[in-house]
Amino acid sequence: MSQIQNVSRRRFLKGAFGAGALILAVRYVPPMLMHAHGIAGQTDADRATFHPNLFVGIQGDGTVFIVAHRSEMGTTIRTSLPLVLADELDADWKRVKIEQAIGDKRYGDQNTDGSHSIRSFYDTMRECGAAARWMLIQAAAQQWNAPVSECSTDVHTVVHTPTGRRLGYGELASAAAHLTVPKKEQLHLKEPSEWRYIGKGMTSVDLENLCTGKAMYGMDARLDGMVYASIEHPPVFGGKIKTLDDQEALKVPGVHQTVRIDPFKPPAAFQPLGGVAVIADNTWAAFQGRKKLKITWDNGPNESYDSAEYKNELRETAHKPGKLIRGVGESDKEFPTGDHVFEADYYVPLLSHVPMEPMVALAEFKDGRLTAWAPTQNPQGAQATVASELGIPIEDVICHVTLLGGGFGRKSKPDYIAEAAVLSKKLGRPVKVVWTREDDVKFDYYNAVAAMYMKAAVDDKGKPTAWLQRSVFPPITSIFDVNAVYGDPPHLAQGWTDLPYDLPSIRIENGPAHAHVRIGWLRSVANIYHAFAIQCFTDELAHRANRDPVEYMLDLIGPPRTLDFTNVEYPNYGADYKIYPWETGRLRNVIEMVVEKSGWTKNKSKKGHGFGFAAHRSFLTYVATVVEVEVSDDGEIRIPRVDTAVDAGLVVNPETTRAQFEGAAVFGTSIVRSGEITAKNGVIQQSNFNDYPVARINEVPTQTNVYITESSAPPAGVGEPGVPPFVAAFCNAIFAATGKRVRDLPLSSNSLFG
Amino acid sequence: MVKLKVNGMDRTFDGDPDMPLLWYLRDVLGLTGTKFGCGIALCGACTVHKNGEAIRSCVTSMSAAAGSDIRTIEDLGANGLHPVQEAWMQVNVPQCGYCQSGQIMQAVSLLKSNPHPSDQEIDDAMAGNICRCGTYQRIRKAIKLAAGKNT
Repeated sequence: MSQIQNVSRRRFLKGAFGAGALILAVRYVPPMLMHAHGIAGQTDADRATFHPNLFVGIQGDGTVFIVAHRSEMGTTIRTSLPLVLADELDADWKRVKIEQAIGDKRYGDQNTDGSHSIRSFYDTMRECGAAARWMLIQAAAQQWNAPVSECSTDVHTVVHTPTGRRLGYGELASAAAHLTVPKKEQLHLKEPSEWRYIGKGMTSVDLENLCTGKAMYGMDARLDGMVYASIEHPPVFGGKIKTLDDQEALKVPGVHQTVRIDPFKPPAAFQPLGGVAVIADNTWAAFQGRKKLKITWDNGPNESYDSAEYKNELRETAHKPGKLIRGVGESDKEFPTGDHVFEADYYVPLLSHVPMEPMVALAEFKDGRLTAWAPTQNPQGAQATVASELGIPIEDVICHVTLLGGGFGRKSKPDYIAEAAVLSKKLGRPVKVVWTREDDVKFDYYNAVAAMYMKAAVDDKGKPTAWLQRSVFPPITSIFDVNAVYGDPPHLAQGWTDLPYDLPSIRIENGPAHAHVRIGWLRSVANIYHAFAIQCFTDELAHRANRDPVEYMLDLIGPPRTLDFTNVEYPNYGADYKIYPWETGRLRNVIEMVVEKSGWTKNKSKKGHGFGFAAHRSFLTYVATVVEVEVSDDGEIRIPRVDTAVDAGLVVNPETTRAQFEGAAVFGTSIVRSGEITAKNGVIQQSNFNDYPVARINEVPTQTNVYITESSAPPAGVGEPGVPPFVAAFCNAIFAATGKRVRDLPLSSNSLFG
Repeated sequence: MVKLKVNGMDRTFDGDPDMPLLWYLRDVLGLTGTKFGCGIALCGACTVHKNGEAIRSCVTSMSAAAGSDIRTIEDLGANGLHPVQEAWMQVNVPQCGYCQSGQIMQAVSLLKSNPHPSDQEIDDAMAGNICRCGTYQRIRKAIKLAAGKNT
């Protein structure tokens, strides 16, 4: 997907490396980043001879263009969604070319988060492919003067069955282009037995480029005449510049100038944080210049934020009555007291995404329009934010989507793209904003810090007769509404409102918390801390009752049924509850599957060697996980094996789905071992992988086995659901091996294991 | 004036000798296969070969690179895929792929010095390379697969 041009670097060289030098440099410009033809945003699919809809086009030579409108950050979505269309088109995958869409509302939702790309666009892809196939069949039938009923397709070809005559898709493209696009009711979707690709999958279309350094990320985007910018942000969220002295910075060779960026007007949303940009000839010079800036700051009210004190505040709030989110049975009655009542506090700190590619964006403001190239999960969000910052119409913001060097939710927030846009408009030339790793760690939209208070009264078999759970966390909505302090229904629904237990009395509450940093979505989001508390507390109760944790949880879940959310606000990840009901039978099934596959009943925990279990539904997918750990006498923890059973409904690409769950175990390992952002005087104390470590090859599960349930249920999510049950099962395994409970994450800050 | 060889070509550089090799490769030569991840040799995304050995280009200054033979990911597959790259593809290692140039360069260097590494030796050699997507299990498998082709 890359083409190579030789270009003069003369303008570039003049600044830093002396005038007169001329070298031939390699410049990669992926075709998807160019808008040479027609109007901006037009695709090869649009321009193809036959283009029945915006997702597909077929050329006279048989080339099929399929548009990928979701962002590729490693889930293979750029392959898997087009694969669905190709299947219904009965296309030869080898003759398919994938094009990455720009941000454009005509594609519908493009914010690649929430594990819903397949779920939301599976039907659309099928229909777009089936419509094209229908038209190709009509075109062939007309040429042969044969009834349509005698014609079918066979890989990129229409066949007249009685005579064996064949016409390739390319040969039919012109004729098909003159036909009327069929209505949805006229379409014949394939039977599952006819699928060539759906359910079988395909490796990433980018695989070779990813292994040869040719893949184009936002970090790799280049334009002639561009300058590089590195931005000193206010160290405290909401801070402003008091004084600026840039004299020393300007003396750094290659530095052109500094530019102030205005502080945001609350609420912060996706606006730039403000600060000072150092503009230079290359990334290094910009970084060096920044180190020489002398700035004094007005830190504002968040200067008093101290994460250790804040933890205590959250815990105190969690011990007070909160807002009722869902009540079951006699939940209004006073909670029983006595020696059959158990309670526990759980805590998960702020977490940072740290994708391997730090935030980066290239923007060019020209003739009143802004064109951006960026690794973004949310190109339409980028358009809206940039339009608002520059005061231009959304249609005048073109956002090209490069590959993403990881996203995990961070790149749904386009603040860094807005920075590049603002700077390019001010400077009148292309600007590439490059964040350092330190910028990334210190100025993230963190996963919320959360305190959970759990309480249960149990009968003589240890089964709860009354259950109370209360969570407190600064909500994501605080970035859009400075007064927001309670969890909003979509995030409470992430593993909290929907406790699947069949108990006589359940009370689910949420308490208030003010945000002092930007809070945002991180892979699995609120499910991380909710599942951690519920699944670990359930494990605690099972052990207190001397019962097997799996048997105990199955008892609490009760018989297979559909959870009833009448009079309860339960957004269900934006999905229609009739199509995606919460079925406890499906959770039971994956539990039984993981028990069998992991050998749960045979594996007995002993000192230094433990097995932990957890099960959780998130993003409409049911997951059960068993984690095996070995803990040495000096507290060193190894994870020899993980078993995960998954019911995600229909799975389009099983191999890459397995990879998502393998990766989720690693992501969860980082959360449990060392994931912790702290603040003092409002300043984030971590900066890079030394003080915000993420799991390395010698710290992660040696073997993660993923078992995918055969299912014809509608497709659900796979990117995120693996993380929450892993985190809880890992902690439960540590208890099984050591007798020590992990109630405060991470282990690295835990006095028991530090 | 710094003289060095990059992917077999003689190069000269008369800019800031303190500039890390990483930014010379990326910003000056446009060899963007080598990635920026942390800037202080903690993640390995910037791994290249200097005289055949894996180094972190983000902390290797141009003056320290002077006179050396530098090879990047662009060179590795220049004449057909390297066996390590083939193994990477066969095992479907990459997810986002951003760290994989560095992982591959590190693995090539490992297998050159130790054609049949044990699990422990793989972990020791690869522990400096972070993959946030969590492809480690497949990295280990791919290294073993490539090692199996070593005789």
